[in-house]
Amino acid sequence: MKAELQELQDQVRAAAADARPIRLRGSGSKDSYGQTLAGDVVDTRGYAGVVAYEPTELVITARCGTRLAEIESVLAERGQMLAFEPPHFGLDATLGGCVSAGLSGPRRPAAGGVRDFVLGVKLIDGHAELMSFGGQVMKNVAGYDVSRLVCGALGTLGLIAEVSLKVLPKPFEESTLLFRMDQAQALDKLNEWGGQPLPVSASAFCDGALALRLSGAGAAVRAARERLGGEPIDAAQAQDFWSGIREQTDPFFDDDDPLWRLSVPSTAGPLDLPGRQLIEWGGALRWLESAAPAQQIREAADRAGGHATLFRAADKVVPVFQPLPAALQAIHRRLKQAFDPMGIFNPGRMYSENRDE
Amino acid sequence: MGANETVEPGARDKDFSQVDKARLLAQLARVLPAHALLVDAEDLRPYECDGLSAYRELPLVVALPDDEAQVVAILKICRELGVPVVARGAGTGLSGGAMPHKFGVLLSLAKFKRIVTVDPASRTAIVQPGVRNLSISEAAAPYGLYYAPDPSSQIACTIGGNVAENSGGVHCLKYGLTVHNLLRVRGVTIDGEIVEFGNHALDAPGYDLLALVTGSEGMLAVTTEVTVKLVPKPLLAVCLLAAFDDVVKAGNAVADVIAAGIIPAGLEMMDQAATAAVEEYVRAGYPLDAKAILLCEADGTPDEVEEDVARMKAVLERSGATEIRVSTSEAERLKFWSGRKAAFPAAGRISADYYCMDGTIPRKRIAELLAAIAGMEKKYGLRCINVFHAGDGNMHPLILFDANVPGELERTEAFGAEILEMSVALGGTITGEHGVGYEKINQMCVQFSTPELRAFHRIKAAFDPDGLLNPGKAIPTLNRCAEYGRLHVSGGHVPHPELPRF
Repeated sequence: MKAELQELQDQVRAAAADARPIRLRGSGSKDSYGQTLAGDVVDTRGYAGVVAYEPTELVITARCGTRLAEIESVLAERGQMLAFEPPHFGLDATLGGCVSAGLSGPRRPAAGGVRDFVLGVKLIDGHAELMSFGGQVMKNVAGYDVSRLVCGALGTLGLIAEVSLKVLPKPFEESTLLFRMDQAQALDKLNEWGGQPLPVSASAFCDGALALRLSGAGAAVRAARERLGGEPIDAAQAQDFWSGIREQTDPFFDDDDPLWRLSVPSTAGPLDLPGRQLIEWGGALRWLESAAPAQQIREAADRAGGHATLFRAADKVVPVFQPLPAALQAIHRRLKQAFDPMGIFNPGRMYSENRDE
Repeated sequence: MGANETVEPGARDKDFSQVDKARLLAQLARVLPAHALLVDAEDLRPYECDGLSAYRELPLVVALPDDEAQVVAILKICRELGVPVVARGAGTGLSGGAMPHKFGVLLSLAKFKRIVTVDPASRTAIVQPGVRNLSISEAAAPYGLYYAPDPSSQIACTIGGNVAENSGGVHCLKYGLTVHNLLRVRGVTIDGEIVEFGNHALDAPGYDLLALVTGSEGMLAVTTEVTVKLVPKPLLAVCLLAAFDDVVKAGNAVADVIAAGIIPAGLEMMDQAATAAVEEYVRAGYPLDAKAILLCEADGTPDEVEEDVARMKAVLERSGATEIRVSTSEAERLKFWSGRKAAFPAAGRISADYYCMDGTIPRKRIAELLAAIAGMEKKYGLRCINVFHAGDGNMHPLILFDANVPGELERTEAFGAEILEMSVALGGTITGEHGVGYEKINQMCVQFSTPELRAFHRIKAAFDPDGLLNPGKAIPTLNRCAEYGRLHVSGGHVPHPELPRF
């Protein structure tokens, strides 16, 4: 694998020498996410494979091109999982893309997001240097937390060559309950339950139905089920349902209107916006299928104390990510410059202003 | 950039000896009331060190702002005059991170003590940086909530310092570090700009600057307000105390617990020397004939705890525990913990001084490191007692010494450096939760390569181009590493061979 790594470094070095933009890409399962796709593709899939996995250390280390599905199956053999439940958006989704996109699935509010599980990365920066940040241990405060900084940076700071992730044991038991209520009631209930020691591991509300997943020790799941009531869902059906939410194959996502992702405080009340909504993360994530103007949606997210991302759309004339306040924008620009002085990595994938730096 | 500045950030330590003290004081006096400025040596003395008292320095001046506007004003003055600024909370840190700068301002956030809101609905609290860690949990208690990270200094340490150090505690395997329990940090940059990292949602647009500033040791911005997550208090917690006749068995038991799919709320290990030291002090009832003991805690609903405890007990028995006690009351549980929590004062009781290390290693290497430490005790002629956050491989060897005995401090530092460098060699890190600060700055040269250090310095420059926030801490200059490498050639391998030697 040394040659494959060298090949990636060489491609970066050559691009930097010519100040030529490159587009870091695994399987392309998340091509639809982000602002602009620009530059010659650097395919990361050649640098693949699990480097180390030690179930008793709760750590897996793998190369960027490793398929997420492979990682999950290696973990499942030992009864473990990626607790942030990453969306794949394609059978061949890679680890590098997962960390770069920084997206997490239904278990996010209970377990944490991908950034909470990244322990270390090997990164090729714009000088084509291979560097190592963080490590394979749970606690590590030596140096700035570059591993988390590059998580969700959409490959704009460098090529993530290798990642070490904390993994967790799969819950001993899982159970999904269905409740009928309106949106306001669902938001109230989710926040009320969130403040109690209940093993809630996922929630999804859409069209008057609230699905709630419980995960944990058998006794905890059984006790919560008895306390909460609701209508139990068959295990296989529940698994399909949560996978449909995570992978956006649920019928809710079959819509031609633009898909917006509104990340807001869980206690934000119902957002009065045109279109259809699906609520996840105990109220903290609102999916919106809507043709409403970006400004209206952004203002609503902003008023609620959050931000709105144009997650999927045929037309991306508006900024995909919520624009940043000037002081933060300046820090972003300087950080981009620090890692990628020639501006070669995924220019414009996150913010268009980074392109010209 | 001035003509006398180095082109590359972090190439060498900066010289601040030309700071104009009179001008600085005059300008500060314009923005701060007289009582908020300390300049007399006797008033400066309490600030000369943090929890790592081996390193001391007096600042030019201590500033105690009342509000954010004053922080902005102070930073603008320091930026304009090129004066170093060291922010400080309660000063309980163990790595010299808040040690003052000789030519700088010590910026104390002691007056930022307000809990702004505790919101049970969103399970968050907005607090000022000078609020003590424990008082957040106390304020949240009426709602059945608490703030999870609990560093051992939690009765005194402040949340601002916790953010700076990314502090952990005994429950982080299950509940995470500071970085996992923050939503938002509001701060002021050296330019005097107010910035917010993160927000009250679960993510924010752009780069994860919240993660970047957490644990950045006061190098990137000065924190003025923090939003923390609160979590529901478990209904019950039960602690198991397991004794082992061999440290290797105890180390393996830790791995066995994890392999069984259990994430304990706490999983701590102490060696025989440590149990003996604390037993004399707090009488926790620890079995003194054991070579090592483990404390393993389950929390949750009563049914859940019962299930977990049965599972833990079975695993520990299989792993060869010679004795297992299960706490039957909250009083007994606290008694089990009292010894572990008293480890540091107990060390202070049996020894004139002690030096606490903070490396983290893969759990499976615990026994190996303990054996190496036993060898180092002979080599340096000093005793060491060992306590571990075994669940996450974070170890705190406490080296016992007497600073008044000539040569002991130097031997202790060498002993500590060897432990840290061994931690790196075993695949770990020089600091799990105490931070690099001033103390471990040389060992950073061992853990990181020149390109990595350069990347850190560029990050620093993106926030603080003149390097005024906490200079000389956290990230060593390349020149310092070259010097350290020259003094410290290990195994014939010279670190940073590409750098010129002086």
